Amino acid sequence: MDAELIAMQLFSGVALGAIMIMVALGLSIIFGMLGVVNFAHGALFMVGAYAGLWIASLTGSFWWGLLIAPLAVGALGMLIERVLIRPLYKRSVDDPLLLTFGLGYVLVEAVRILFGSDGIPFPTPPQLAGVADLGIGFFPIYRLFVVGVVALTLLLLWLGLEKTKFGLIVRAGAKDPQIMRVLGVDIATVWLLVFGLGVALTALGGVLAAPMRNVNPEMGSLVLAEAFVVTVIGGMGSLVGAVVAGLLVGVAISMTALFAPEMATIVMFALMALVLLVRPQGLFGKPTRA
Amino acid sequence: MTASTSSIASVMAGPAGHRGWRARLAAWRVPLSILALCLLPWLLPSNALAVNVLVYGLLAVGYNLLFGYTGLLSFGHAAFFGAGAYVTGIAIGRFGVPWFAALLLGVAAGAALAFVIGLLSIRTRGIYFSMVTLALSQLVYYTALQASSWTGGENGLRGFTVAKLDILGWSIDFLDPIKKYYVLMVFAAAALWLVSRILNSPFGAVIEAIRENETRARACGYDVERTKLIAFTLSGLICALAGTLFALHLAIVPLDILHYQTSGMIVMMTLLGGAGSFFGPFVGALAFLLMEDVVSLWTSHWQIVVGTVFILFVLFLPKGIWGTLIAWRADR
Repeated sequence: MDAELIAMQLFSGVALGAIMIMVALGLSIIFGMLGVVNFAHGALFMVGAYAGLWIASLTGSFWWGLLIAPLAVGALGMLIERVLIRPLYKRSVDDPLLLTFGLGYVLVEAVRILFGSDGIPFPTPPQLAGVADLGIGFFPIYRLFVVGVVALTLLLLWLGLEKTKFGLIVRAGAKDPQIMRVLGVDIATVWLLVFGLGVALTALGGVLAAPMRNVNPEMGSLVLAEAFVVTVIGGMGSLVGAVVAGLLVGVAISMTALFAPEMATIVMFALMALVLLVRPQGLFGKPTRA
Repeated sequence: MTASTSSIASVMAGPAGHRGWRARLAAWRVPLSILALCLLPWLLPSNALAVNVLVYGLLAVGYNLLFGYTGLLSFGHAAFFGAGAYVTGIAIGRFGVPWFAALLLGVAAGAALAFVIGLLSIRTRGIYFSMVTLALSQLVYYTALQASSWTGGENGLRGFTVAKLDILGWSIDFLDPIKKYYVLMVFAAAALWLVSRILNSPFGAVIEAIRENETRARACGYDVERTKLIAFTLSGLICALAGTLFALHLAIVPLDILHYQTSGMIVMMTLLGGAGSFFGPFVGALAFLLMEDVVSLWTSHWQIVVGTVFILFVLFLPKGIWGTLIAWRADR
């Protein structure tokens, strides 16, 4: 077991974690703001991958797919928020959860009707194929690209939340929507945009992941479980937590795949169980009131 | 004077009258359920559907104990259903354990698993709980997938057909669908009685108190965590029994029954019928499976119809079919 192999595997873990971060961030932002756990999040990841595939095949360019798919699926998310989720805000927290679960069910079946049940291969765009020699080993260029896009998205998101007026409203609204309303902020529109943003993030994750995985209608179900594990480990509603936990889980999976392949699918759940035992609120979460 | 007393009397009689039929319904709920189950194979188009309603109905009843009565939305009950089914199948197929002992083993294993998962997930609150139960049940799913020498992995567990049951000197042909139905029904009936007994006990009152107001239940001195854990384990136990019946019925255990989609199906059935009502889960399982049966006649994409109906129920009829009927009857 030489150092080069370990470095390469470590890097695949980072790439895997980068995708998880996209999904978990979307979930976390929506929860932090609206108090809704979106159970359709995995299905929307899958819809993002299919949308990317479809747009790429229409335009003949991966880049249009990467750009348009998250925006289109984000718009679908806004429609979902307005029509289906908004009537449930005054009800129990379980109701939006149940509704989005049913929605995930419908989305998976709708994609099966439109694109068939079989997986579709999504070729790596030719500009990003091949490997790059970074001195310490050879790394697939596409994975480097994925990590780069995710890092850029995180930077933009951070700047947007910390440095803009909209970000200020979002952060304040997550703390106390009532006061924001009193101050004359149209919080309903903010929630609409935040839901769209969260969905767009998971759709972007879907498009980015597509060339690394087989695109099929069931791909969202594993992603949803992964995103839950990452948010529970990181702490619900914590953006830093989502990033740290995403990388942690990604690297843990890829390292287990190297040393004990049969445990690779199980390790993240074991990690979550451990965190629950030691720190039930997650690594970066605030303790809930008893 | 007389007018006012008579109006008081009528006010008194009103709710008391309603309480009358509802109390009678509650007192007779177990015999009525058993009667309905006895008639089921003769009312439904196929025996296979009747057995499915029996097994999934029981599964939803077990789930309802936690979701409907304790107010905990678990998304991991497929794990207990699957554990019951797998352990029973493995005990019969690999170790040649008699069917009844295998059934008890399956139930015990499911309850033990529920205890462990409950112990971990009850440390979290509210919305976290649903996510953690889902993730832990996926851990069970992937473990079963990996341990293929025991579980058959993706192909599912096979090779444990029970052809006949020997009970106290009798021998029952278990391949006859009607006889099989009634044997399985005996266990479902016993479980229904147990659930009814639990709900009527002081413990049943405490879990409903936790559902209504956890903080107040705690302030009243109840050990909320312990009560939740007991409710979780009992609920897992009933679901595991449904799993063992499923295994005995089909003589195969598909891996899919461990997936969280199965948990979601249990949630859907319970909500469609009416969470927190005694008859609701069976009504929901019947509605769900009938819908699947009818819609799959004209399209293989029945899930899109069932999913849409579920969404409409969450939006407009959150009390479910039975809960809405009861509320409507009580309003008249």
